[in-house]
Amino acid sequence: MNKRRQIILAALAGAVIAAPAQAEQITLTVAAFPAVDQIVKAAVPAWKKLHPEIDIKVVSREYADHHNAMTLALATGNNHADVMAVELGFLGRFAEGGGLEDLYKAPYQAKNLVAKFEPWTIPQATSNSGELAAIPTDIGPGTLFYRHDIVSKAGVTAPDLTRSWDSFIEAGKRIKAATGVYLVAHARDITEIMIRSNLKDGEGIYFDKDNNVLVETPRFVHAFRLAKAAREAKIDAKINAWSNEWTESFKRGTVATQMMGAWLGGHLANTFAPAAKGLWRVADLPAGAYASWGGTFYAIPKKAKNKAAAWEFIKFMTLQKDNQIAAFKNHDAFPALVEAQSDAFFEQPLAYFGEQKARLIWREASRRTRAIDVNKYDPLAAEIINTELDKVLDQGKDVAQALADAKKLIVKRARR
Amino acid sequence: MMKIEAGRMPAVSQNQRKVQWQRWQRRAAPWMFLTPFVVLFLCFGVFPILFSLFLSFHSWNPADGWAGMKFVGLENFSFALGDEWFWKSLWNTALLALLSGLPQHLVAIPLAYFLHTSFKRSRNLVVGAYFVPYITSTVAVTLMFTALFSTDFGVINAALLWLAKLPLVGGLFPVEAVDWIGKPAFIQPAVAFIVFWRFVGFNTVLYLAALQTIPKELYEAAEMDGAGKWQQFWHITLPLLRPMMFFGATLSVIGGLQLFDEPFVLTGGRGGADQAVLTTAMYMFRSAFEFGEYGAASAISWLLFVIIALLSWLTHKIFGQHDEAAEKGEQHA
Repeated sequence: MNKRRQIILAALAGAVIAAPAQAEQITLTVAAFPAVDQIVKAAVPAWKKLHPEIDIKVVSREYADHHNAMTLALATGNNHADVMAVELGFLGRFAEGGGLEDLYKAPYQAKNLVAKFEPWTIPQATSNSGELAAIPTDIGPGTLFYRHDIVSKAGVTAPDLTRSWDSFIEAGKRIKAATGVYLVAHARDITEIMIRSNLKDGEGIYFDKDNNVLVETPRFVHAFRLAKAAREAKIDAKINAWSNEWTESFKRGTVATQMMGAWLGGHLANTFAPAAKGLWRVADLPAGAYASWGGTFYAIPKKAKNKAAAWEFIKFMTLQKDNQIAAFKNHDAFPALVEAQSDAFFEQPLAYFGEQKARLIWREASRRTRAIDVNKYDPLAAEIINTELDKVLDQGKDVAQALADAKKLIVKRARR
Repeated sequence: MMKIEAGRMPAVSQNQRKVQWQRWQRRAAPWMFLTPFVVLFLCFGVFPILFSLFLSFHSWNPADGWAGMKFVGLENFSFALGDEWFWKSLWNTALLALLSGLPQHLVAIPLAYFLHTSFKRSRNLVVGAYFVPYITSTVAVTLMFTALFSTDFGVINAALLWLAKLPLVGGLFPVEAVDWIGKPAFIQPAVAFIVFWRFVGFNTVLYLAALQTIPKELYEAAEMDGAGKWQQFWHITLPLLRPMMFFGATLSVIGGLQLFDEPFVLTGGRGGADQAVLTTAMYMFRSAFEFGEYGAASAISWLLFVIIALLSWLTHKIFGQHDEAAEKGEQHA
């Protein structure tokens, strides 16, 4: 009897004690796109050990759907996630929109934390008025991927490819003559990387800090001229990135080089061209260019319900070395956290790249990358520039005229 | 009397109430059954239309939230009308509508006539085969065509290159692989062909249905009068098909002006080299979701609506006038 009563009492007491704890149990929603959603899910067990009272619910959508949903959520103030993953291409718009928490302010006080990340990522997440809208988690340091076997067959060396942009084109001509393989997928790729390289710190691709349009600067003229030279030499395959033909070209080895973020290595080894193991190599971009392809950030919407927990989670994902390394190991998400980049993992040779220590090259590229200021009119300016480039490449339009027309159009559209 | 009445009163009123309730039920029931549709229609039909009209007078990037919405009057409309991309997209749309729409009918009418006269029992099977493209997912169809049109690995270029090797006729075909998707001059016919391929069967079914309503007696009478097959087609079949032509042409005009899926999927959403197949519907989509100009996109959608309405009216004028003239002619006779 006594024992039974004790048990009942104990159970009741337990229930009483547990009740408040249960009430405090909160669910943190994290909205993300592939493969960020996978990275978050993989980190949940470790998170639960630290914070058993906070459950993580991952809302994953396809890349474009995710950003449309986030745009809509910011617009209407409804259906907010507590933590929002944002890709670099959308960050400018979101940062200027004013729907995200300023992480410099209390209670976040991220001023002391930003030094821990690759320095150039912070300006990307900073709005024109100096608010920090998001924290970087992964980056895409850009390098030149090339097919060592094809290039060697043509008697071309890595320094031939990277010495200068002119030597890159020359090497392409030799490769085409000797092997029939194209140098690049599309002449546009050359322009895209050149207009992103050698920017002054804080300068945007198309606009400077005071919204002046920069498309008539020598940077663009040179980039257009070289794309034109590549097209005239018939060393570009006229293939758009992410098309079926593009992936097919990796499988068949019909294009010798690809300039891209470090994550392309994972795509090549796992899906695009697993059979080409040992044939690819990594080198710096031509002419000492350094650039970054994309990047992922975490932000907290102003209307989020669990801001404190959201901030803890963001710090957990971005400042914990183990999480950053795990994301890199499993999903090729190059860590934005500088501390994570000194891990021994970076020293390992990669079999896919002929035992080359490619990660060290990516790390060095990341160290040398400079900040690019993002502008909310960047997508529009990019479309205008690409259209004018089409005219130069396909219709023989004069480069200076094309850039002048582009500037006129950008000024007209961006004034609105 | 009083007693009886007093005794009956409650019964009567109860009856009345019952009748009233039944009458109300009968009146309300249709509305109750309609409610799910009406609610959905109001939410997803009426509201977006009115909201886009409202938006077209505002400047708004949704990333800015409600507070970022500014009233700008007709500025979005004047911007769109002065925007060279808008006109370019309209021109692309018109060209694609014509390139894909006209052949649809020019092929569908003789094809329907042929199916009508030459097939008996197997007709349904053949018609079904022609109809399949129409009910297949546009995205799947376009992805398949993307593979066919591929410059280096596509079947179409492989076939052309093989044909070029033939003696005599070989000279008519290109000796180098055609860059179907990369060159503006080629991508427009390529898109038009996909649209044509998708809708020619649908139009054939329309015309076949119309052909089956034409009385046999007319043909018999014509034959008695010594009219040949060609004369029968020209003087009986074609005039009696006119109402269906009007219907088919109207559908083609509306569908052609709203063209979106095929060029969007084929060009990865960009609209092709030099925006050669950037249709107005695509431009509207990109203005909103890529360039963040929701107000301008709404204005473009309303301008497109006006253009479609005008062209539908014009189609009606062209096909309708003949009917009126014919009726008048009959009256005079």
